[in-house]
Formats: sequence, C-alpha cells, structure tokens
Amino acid sequence: MTDQTPALRLEGIVKTFPGVRALDGVSFSVMPGEVHALMGENGAGKSTLMKVLGGIHQPDSGQIVVGESPVVMRSPLEAKAKGIVFIHQELSLAEELSVAENIYLGELPRKRFGLVDWPRLEAQTNEILGKLKVGFNAKTKVGDLSIANQQMVEIARALTVDAKAVIFDEPTASLTDAEKVVLFDVIADLRAHGVGIIYISHRMEEIFKITDRISVLRDGQYRGTLDTAATDEEEITSLMIGRKLDLTRSARTHELGGVAIEVRGLSCGGLFRDIDFEVRRGEVLGFYGLVGAGRTEIAETLFGLRDPSAGQILLDGEEVRIHSPAEAIARGISLVPEDRKGQGLVLGMNCRDNMTLPQVSDLKAGPFVAEGAEVAIFDQYRDRLDIRTPGWKQMVGNLSGGNQQKIVIGKWLSMHPNVLIVDEPTRGIDVGSKSEIHNLIRDLAAQGYAVIVISSEMPEVLHVSDRIVAMYSGQIMRTFTAEEVTEDNLIQAISGLSGEGAAA
Amino acid sequence: MQAGSLSTFLKRGAIWGFIVLELIFFSVAGEFMSLSDKAFMDVDNMLLLFKQSAPIGIIAMGMTIVMINGNIDLSVGAIYAICAIILLDSMTWPIFAGLGDWAIPVAWLLALGAGVGLGALNGLIVWKTGVDAFIVTLGAMLGYRGLVFMYNGEQPTSHLNWTLVDFAEAQVLGLHTATWFLLAVTAAIWFLMNKTVHGRNAYAIGDNREAAVNAGIRVGPHMMINFMIIGFLAALSAVVFYSESGSVNPNDGELYELWVITAVVLGGTKLTGGSGSIISTLGGVLAIQLLRKGLAHIGADTETVNLVIGLILIAVLFLDRQLNIKGKEELKV
Repeated sequence: MTDQTPALRLEGIVKTFPGVRALDGVSFSVMPGEVHALMGENGAGKSTLMKVLGGIHQPDSGQIVVGESPVVMRSPLEAKAKGIVFIHQELSLAEELSVAENIYLGELPRKRFGLVDWPRLEAQTNEILGKLKVGFNAKTKVGDLSIANQQMVEIARALTVDAKAVIFDEPTASLTDAEKVVLFDVIADLRAHGVGIIYISHRMEEIFKITDRISVLRDGQYRGTLDTAATDEEEITSLMIGRKLDLTRSARTHELGGVAIEVRGLSCGGLFRDIDFEVRRGEVLGFYGLVGAGRTEIAETLFGLRDPSAGQILLDGEEVRIHSPAEAIARGISLVPEDRKGQGLVLGMNCRDNMTLPQVSDLKAGPFVAEGAEVAIFDQYRDRLDIRTPGWKQMVGNLSGGNQQKIVIGKWLSMHPNVLIVDEPTRGIDVGSKSEIHNLIRDLAAQGYAVIVISSEMPEVLHVSDRIVAMYSGQIMRTFTAEEVTEDNLIQAISGLSGEGAAA
Repeated sequence: MQAGSLSTFLKRGAIWGFIVLELIFFSVAGEFMSLSDKAFMDVDNMLLLFKQSAPIGIIAMGMTIVMINGNIDLSVGAIYAICAIILLDSMTWPIFAGLGDWAIPVAWLLALGAGVGLGALNGLIVWKTGVDAFIVTLGAMLGYRGLVFMYNGEQPTSHLNWTLVDFAEAQVLGLHTATWFLLAVTAAIWFLMNKTVHGRNAYAIGDNREAAVNAGIRVGPHMMINFMIIGFLAALSAVVFYSESGSVNPNDGELYELWVITAVVLGGTKLTGGSGSIISTLGGVLAIQLLRKGLAHIGADTETVNLVIGLILIAVLFLDRQLNIKGKEELKV
C-alpha cells in the first residue's frame, strides 16, 4: 500500500473560528481501496473536517491533495467535481421524486429544447442500481423506500461521478442488521474499484469489521493512525478521550423494592403483542432488539402516546389506563425519548425552562411563573447530574449531546417519577459522556427508581441492566437475568433463533 | 464575547436602530422636500404617530403570540370589521334605548364578546380538525367578511355618540386614549408571554410541538386561548378606532391582516413559531407607521409608500437571514 499514491491526502489542515481552533494541523491520507475510519468524540473536529473536505468551509492553511494534484474547493459542487463524495447521516433526498430523478438531480440528461431525456435517465439509473443489487428501480418514488434503501439512492448518486474518495458519515445509524450487511457489501465493492473510503462511526464493532486503518482526532488535533488489525477498543478509546474507559459493571449492592410497574398481555395492533414484564424499584430492566422489534412502541404505549389494543398496565399493583403523556406524567411515568432534539427538548429555550417544562404549571407565584423556584430546581439538578453549562440562561441547543441528555433526565427526575423509561440513552453522545450517562442510570436505580432502558447497543444494555428483555418482531423472546445473559444467547434471542424462549 | 451574542444583539436592537434611521432620514429629507414648514419630529406629530399606530399595533400584539405559538390568523381584518359594526349598530338598538350613555359599555362588551367568540371558533376548528391555521383562518377571513356584507350590504354603518368621541379624543398625560390602549395591551401581552405559564407553554409548543406534548402540555387549549386573545384584540382595536370615527364601511379592515403580519415579522418573530418578542413587535408597528407618515411628509403618494414598505420588508428579512446564518456558524464550532 505504501508505494501507492493516496487517493486523498490532508496536509496540516488548520481551521479557526472566532475564539476556537476547530482544526489544528490535521494530516492523514487515504489509500485507494482502503477503508479508513475517522474517530473522535463529538466536538473533536470531525464535522468541521468533513465540511472542509466538502467545500463548505475553506481551511485557513494546509492543503487537500486528490491523487497527485492539490485542490481548492469553494463549494460542495466543486468538491463533487473533484471526486470527493459524501454519504450523509441525514439523507437529503426529494421524497416526492423518483429514484432516477433524485440520483441525477440537477444533472438530468437532456434532449433538444431542454426537455428531459427520460429513456436515457431510466437506462442510466437502472445500470447503477444493477451494480448495487437493490430491489427497487429507477421509477420508484423515494418516499416509498425504507431508510436503508434511501441510503442506497444516496450511494447510487455518489456512483454517478468518478469518485476518488467516498465519505460515509455514521451510515448505519438508522439501519437494521440485515441492511447493514448490504451496505458493507457496497463498501467492499467500492473499495474493490480502488476508491478511498473515509468511514465515520462511533460503533466499534463496525470499525473492526470493515476498516483497514483508524485515524483519531481529539480537540481538533490529529492524534495518530492505527492499523485496525493491530489495535483494540481500549487503545482507540484512550487515544480518543485521553484515558481508559471502564465498561465493566460492579455488582448491585442495594436491595430491590416492590414492583413499581407491571405489564400483562399488552398488545398494540401489529406493533407488539402479549408483552409481559415487571420492574421493581431499584432495578434496571433493559430492552434489547433490532430496530423495528417494537421496543420504542412499548415505551410510547406506557407513556400514553399510543393506545394498546389489549392488556393491562399496573402501577404499584393498581390497574391504570393512560391515554396521554399528561396522564402518564401525573401517574409518575417519565419518558426520555429516543430522538432527544426532536421529541425531548425545546432547542430555542434555555436550560432552566427546558428542565421545568412539565411542571411549570405547578410553579406559580400568583398568576406568574415562580422563576426563583425554577432556578432552584435547575441548580439542584445541575449539581446532582453534573450538567456542564455556563448557567441556566444558556440555550439547550448550544450544549453537547451528553449535557442535553442530562437536561432531559433532570427534567423528569425533578418530577420525582416512579418509573423512568430511557430510550436509547446515549444515541449521538460521545464516548466519554456515555459512561457518565451509564453510571447515572445505575445510580438512579440505586436511589430506588424503577428504570427501563431501551437500547440498540449491546455493550450498553449488558452494562446497565439487571435483567434484559430480548425482543424480536413485536414479541418478547426471552427475559435474561444479568447472570445468565451472554452476548451469544442475547444475539440469538433477538434474531428470532432462540428455540426455548420463543414459546414462553 | 460569547459566540452568537453579537448577532443576537444586532437582531434584538435592529428594529429600534431602523426607527432611529427613519427619524434621522425624514427629519433631514423633510427640511428639503416637505411641503409644510413643520419639523417632522414635532411633538404633536409624534403623539399622532402613536395614536395612528394603535389599530394595527393592538392586533399585532395578538398576532405575535399566535405566531409564536406556531399558527397564524388571517381573519383579523374581518373580525375587526364585524366588531366595528356590532359596536356602532348595537348602540342604536331599541332594547338599549333606555340606557342612555350606559349603552356604551354594553356595546363595547358585545363587540369584544363577538371578537372573542369568533377567535374561539377559529381556535376550536384548528384544535379539533388539525387543519392548518393558515387554511382555517383564510376561510374565516372570507366567511366573516361575507357576514359583514350580509349585514348592511354595501352601505356604511354609522352612529356617532359624542360621549364616546370625547373619550376617544381625550389626551391623558399628552397621550391619546388609543395610545394608552396600545401601551396597556403591549404591557399585558408582555407579561402574559414572559411571566405566565401560558406564555411559556406557547413558546414551547411553537418551537417543538412534539417535545411539548411529551412534557404533558395540552397543545389544543393553549392554541385556542391564543386565538381568543387575538379575536379579543381585533375587537378592541375596532372599539378604540370606531368610538372616534363613528362610521364603518364594509371594506374596512381589509388587508389589516397583512399589515399586522408585516409589523410582526419586521419585529423579528419567526413565521415557523417558537421565537418572537412583544417589544420588538411594537418596534415593527412604529417603524411601519413612521415610514408611512415620513413618506407622506416628504410628499410621496400612497402607492409609493406601499412599494417602499414592501421592499424594506424583504430587505430586512434578508438581513435577518444573513445574521442568523452567521450566528449559527459561530455556534457550531
């Protein structure tokens, strides 16, 4: 590999913003046919680097070399023309248009008088789709496709240019395992054609599975490149955060209390059926399964966002019916939702107002909001959860993911809930803050809360849970205790392979 | 300096800076171009400016909260006309003939009640059907205007009550009655939005409706209350104006919704909801009125005034956008 010319080379890239040096002399190179992981905590400079590569920001100094020639890119269009192509985490497709129109958006083949050459468009598109081996064609409406297939459309779009380097930004964030396999095949195919690939992800399993080398950024600085085959999770993590991460869990020392919530035979249309479980005070019950297994939907049902078609919910032994989040909150059920920014926070509001949002109607001094009481609540939970913010006036949109998540958790803790449901507690949160959130969840259990954690990350669910419910296709396959669960039997259960548990 | 605070400052202060610019421009230009020899920044002229700002300004306060809530109300001009007719006509109804001047508060209550009722109807439809407020109030705008014409055909509805006129033309501490109403409404709405639970929740709903629902906030009632408030304010605006003028044409109040929205948007309230300031809306209202008066002062005709206001609206929003983009870039690092 060494005697080749790199597909893409970065030399001493520096980018400063007022007051911050976002990139501080970043250099690394990607060989043709190499999958090169780029890792770093949130805020390490990955996004800024990607924007420099994508022509959105111009570097203050340093240069980008594609093949043999240094390039200057002033716009995303120029970056694409130079052969640098992005597959973004957030898809940017026109849902009402067909696959073909999306792939050639802005560059539709034309006939005379500027009319679109539909037959040629379709033929070209189907040729590309053929390479990707997908189950849809040029005429399919993009809005009708699954997220994974929409991503394939993005990739197809990348293939229309003569790509030298393709950058994948968290491509598997919303994919199921089966869909990931297809994605990895496509990446393998690209690499076989000599394309250099930069792969950004927080997920270690993927990094080890598909990448050749790993470059790490920290605080805008390049910290080194590792050979994937010759390194391990620990080494990468310590490069990323400058210390070692402890994922092993200490045994539970506190006693469990009574059953806080019990669910019997809960079903909801085609989403999930015959769900039985109970959570005791002081216990963390983990829900693990593939995306679409019905975990989030169960949480939404408990929180009053969906009406169940059958079954019972019992709180402290008493049956309840919950039809709205307001009723759920009144009964002491809280939900930290999966999509923090979309469902959990009001980004244009400050930290204090977000934290007191569900109880502000109870915090009154005469006709007005008792702002002093609000500040007191905020201060209390800022200290208790170690939320790092300059003060309550800070807009939550300006906080890091980990601190935002703590605001959401603090919001519910200040309501003194009986049951705390946390859906994907560390999604989009950097490695350092992840373990903080994990410890926090353990602490809450120790303080006597009944906690339900839904997660798609196996290490997480193994780390925080006392018991784990494995779900597959809307059903509980098996409930494991911490002692009996292993990675193997858990994977079998959520893939629908576990014979013994299925009948139970 | 903290990232983004400069642009925030510029945005907050922008409307007042714009007003100062207008004052300077028209004072200077007035020296050369004005037909009258009175200075533009004459005290009486400025007091009149406040008074003339009141009808649009009072409604604009309501529009600000409806827009912060993530909705819009296009029917305010029609509500304004209906309430004006109810105000003037009810004072001539035989059942109230024995009341003498006590017919005035009754007429006020009827007009204000009608405004609240029509607003509540809008709000209820938006709440219960889930149809976009733009569509619902567009329909209401046409429908309510239809009611106005059904009432008296093309004829104006007139009634002059001199007690009422005296009240409307009174000046307390130099300010006209209408100005006092505008200031009182501004203060009341400011308190509502900044100090009460309703205000807090309205911001939250407008910014992120899903998060608000997940926090147990009942979205529908808050929206309905806001529509009732804007209905009330449209009626109040009519009450204040027609107490003095005493005659309402069926076309009165047309395009008011657009003037109101222009003022609110100039004041920096976002069309998408979640953000906006009552005080800046007052600035937006004054800025428009200054522009109208100033252009008239230097001899421009009405058509020119509209053209200039239109251009300025677009220019201001363009500037705002640039500032927003700059602010975001500073924040992202």
